[in-house]
Amino acid sequence: MNLTLHVWRQKSRESEGGFADYTATGISPDASFLEMLDVVNEELIAKGEEPIHFEHDCREGICGSCGMMINGTAHGPLGGTATCQLHMRHFNDGDEVWVEPWRARAFPVIKDLIVDRTPLDKIIQAGGYISVNTGSAVEANTIPIPKAVQERSMDAAECIQCGACVAQCPNGAAQLFTAAKISHLGLLPQGQPERYERVLKMVDVMEQHFGSCTLFRECEAVCPKGISTDFITRMNRDYLTARFGVR
Amino acid sequence: MQLESKIPPGPLEKKWEYAKAHYKLVNPANKRKYDIIVVGAGLAGASAAASMGELGYNVKCFVYHDSPRRAHSIAAQGGINAAKNYRNDGDSIYRLFYDTIKGGDYRAREGNVYRLAELSVNIIDQAVAQGVPFAREYGGTLENRSFGGVQVSRTFYARGQTGQQLLLGAFQAQERQIALGTVKQYNRHEMLDLVVVDGHAKGIVTRNLVNGRIEAHFADAVVLGTGGYVNVFYLSTNAKASNATAIWRAYKRGAALANPCYTQIHPTCIPQSGDFQSKLTLMSESLRNDGRIWVPKEPGDKRPPRQIQESERDYYLERKYPSFGNLAPRDIASRAAKEACDEGKGIGASGRGVYLDFADAIKRLGRNVIEERYGNLFEMYHDITAEDPYEAPMRIYPAPHYAMGGLWVDYNLMTTIPGLYCIGEANFSDHGANRLGASALMQGLADGYFVLPVTIGDYLATQFGKKVTAELPEFAAAVADVKDRVNRLVSAKGTRSVDSYHKELGSIMWEYCGMARSAEGLKKALTMIRELRDQYWRDVRVTGAGEELNQALEKAGRVADFFELAELMCIDALHREESAGGHFRVEYQTPDGEAQRRDDEFLYVAAWEYKGEGNEPVLHKEPLVYEEVKLATRSYK
Repeated sequence: MNLTLHVWRQKSRESEGGFADYTATGISPDASFLEMLDVVNEELIAKGEEPIHFEHDCREGICGSCGMMINGTAHGPLGGTATCQLHMRHFNDGDEVWVEPWRARAFPVIKDLIVDRTPLDKIIQAGGYISVNTGSAVEANTIPIPKAVQERSMDAAECIQCGACVAQCPNGAAQLFTAAKISHLGLLPQGQPERYERVLKMVDVMEQHFGSCTLFRECEAVCPKGISTDFITRMNRDYLTARFGVR
Repeated sequence: MQLESKIPPGPLEKKWEYAKAHYKLVNPANKRKYDIIVVGAGLAGASAAASMGELGYNVKCFVYHDSPRRAHSIAAQGGINAAKNYRNDGDSIYRLFYDTIKGGDYRAREGNVYRLAELSVNIIDQAVAQGVPFAREYGGTLENRSFGGVQVSRTFYARGQTGQQLLLGAFQAQERQIALGTVKQYNRHEMLDLVVVDGHAKGIVTRNLVNGRIEAHFADAVVLGTGGYVNVFYLSTNAKASNATAIWRAYKRGAALANPCYTQIHPTCIPQSGDFQSKLTLMSESLRNDGRIWVPKEPGDKRPPRQIQESERDYYLERKYPSFGNLAPRDIASRAAKEACDEGKGIGASGRGVYLDFADAIKRLGRNVIEERYGNLFEMYHDITAEDPYEAPMRIYPAPHYAMGGLWVDYNLMTTIPGLYCIGEANFSDHGANRLGASALMQGLADGYFVLPVTIGDYLATQFGKKVTAELPEFAAAVADVKDRVNRLVSAKGTRSVDSYHKELGSIMWEYCGMARSAEGLKKALTMIRELRDQYWRDVRVTGAGEELNQALEKAGRVADFFELAELMCIDALHREESAGGHFRVEYQTPDGEAQRRDDEFLYVAAWEYKGEGNEPVLHKEPLVYEEVKLATRSYK
């Protein structure tokens, strides 16, 4: 297949960016979107130009490194997938494709399609853990967990911290990401002792960096792991309980 | 160079206890006076950084990703072994130990492996306490499944994302320490050299990947948890950035590298579909619990799989290894697939593939059960191939997956450079010549949570008052070396891209140092690698500059090191005139094509010492002493 690409190029955080046009020719429908960019990059290098920089690593949809806006949608048109698992068979020969970095105030562009997602780690540092030092754990089966609870917790724990939720949100909010971690831990018996402190601390840091949630639910639509906005409701309830309610 | 394994005295089951009772300790109030550098934040690095931070040490952790949670451990799918015996099926610490030694084809140290089996149970406890959502039974207790090479169910898992969940546990513990200030995190920093002062590891040189700045960092000890090196094959299941640079730099500064020829080719990966292919995707070994592997009996039979009748199929693993069947260990299953394809029975357009069929399991258990067990893997397969594995069987083929070889370490995980430790896949220690499924996660976490935080104190206690600073000439010299190398790469304005060289190197390695090796092929490979490497330094084209974010430059440095490592792998493979585990020399096989070990001559760890540019490396042998296990020919029949 042949495609026309308009790709955001930006030399560094400080410099101005803009779209550059490329053609991708002879692309196999079995290639992934990133492999299509690899082909374009090889041609750029052959011409002595700098390749398009984009973040990627596992190329199996689990490390969360990759991500770009493809025709205005985070991770592209397929839904439920990271960019590395989007294959070219979902495009048509002759398509015109606009490729941009994540667009969010909290994620400044570092180069081309690479952005700085550090604020997501800051939210985890605020309380996205269970405080248990190595060596102090009890025997694993002394904490029985109903299968349904564990499954629900796992649904939230699958988040890959790619940032698509923030990028797609018109407000640049990180509610889905934060709620996923709060729910992963807050649903489990091990997570109870810190449950309410955790939600207060994490939401506080989230609000320092990101916009506010007005329930557009665009995050859920693009999440490569299909994480549900139900978790946002759950986070809000925990937050209100922590702030005003009887624990 | 002296190889002192420092295995503690006494019976096997008392060695670790003995060691812990005799290590020197660092007073709790003094711990904060020690700086420890940890490079890498996969399961080993993150668990080590977090645990040492909890103890009160000052940890500096360096990763080349934008966040420590991106490390390749995150992609591990199937599970983690532990000798909990929750299934009441006869498991024990001894059995896990024995299975691991046997699975490794009797090329691992007894003492290390026994400790690993002992600690496996603590890992599960720790992970559950951290909130790792392992699969559960309806009664709320932990669920298990089986993996290759064993006959008990001891594998704990979290859907097909066990590595992700375990890494998040360690990552969260590490982030907690970052918030508490005991761990200082350096993201987007790549280690490019090790600094050795008076024979002791005292720091590293890094490149800031955002602005290209080359910096020196000092510490009282350095820990490498930088993963494996099978990206030397270009196409592998490893993440694209996984590389050997950290351990290779350490090797060139004096750390011995052990058994580099022991690489694992995983039997169940999605076959290559074209030249554009950038990596191969693993389909978890857990699939072999319910999937049956077969090829058509008739070579060249290209009918669609469902048209090939039961009687026309060869379930070759079940036929050759009736007691283990589809759960034969990885090295054996991979070689059997290669054999079938070499006989012309391979399936798919390229003829390099075999079927992994779930039809029987779906009939027996129902689609729902299969979906619950492997849903995400089936989806991944469907995304990549556009084929529905619930309808047609999966097509799979072996691919490079894991490096059993790595930096030589003693029982305390210290390399031959005092103060330099190596943990997880980056070291050579526990898997011998072949790793069993679900044991990599176990080893990375045992090293990081439970072994290193204790053993490192034994060394640090001897270093009190010997603090260095980055003002020493050794640091300036290492920084100058790194700058020089970066400059050589960015000024090489040749004609071909880094990737084109990497692909060529990979195909040489796959052909001659892959699933089957011969003296003739390895000698040929050595010549080809040396020629290609010379050409690389003359002709590689690296765009952009050194003082900016430059992915072409990052790759160029890693591939330059792969060239040198590839050579050492071939030298090691050539010298080891036997077949053991993942190292299969065609000259040494039994009449029915099984690996032929030669214990009389090769019952040792091969540790290679660097002797300078252009000189042959020197081989040091650490004899393997089996006190508990009787050496036997490995049989899974």
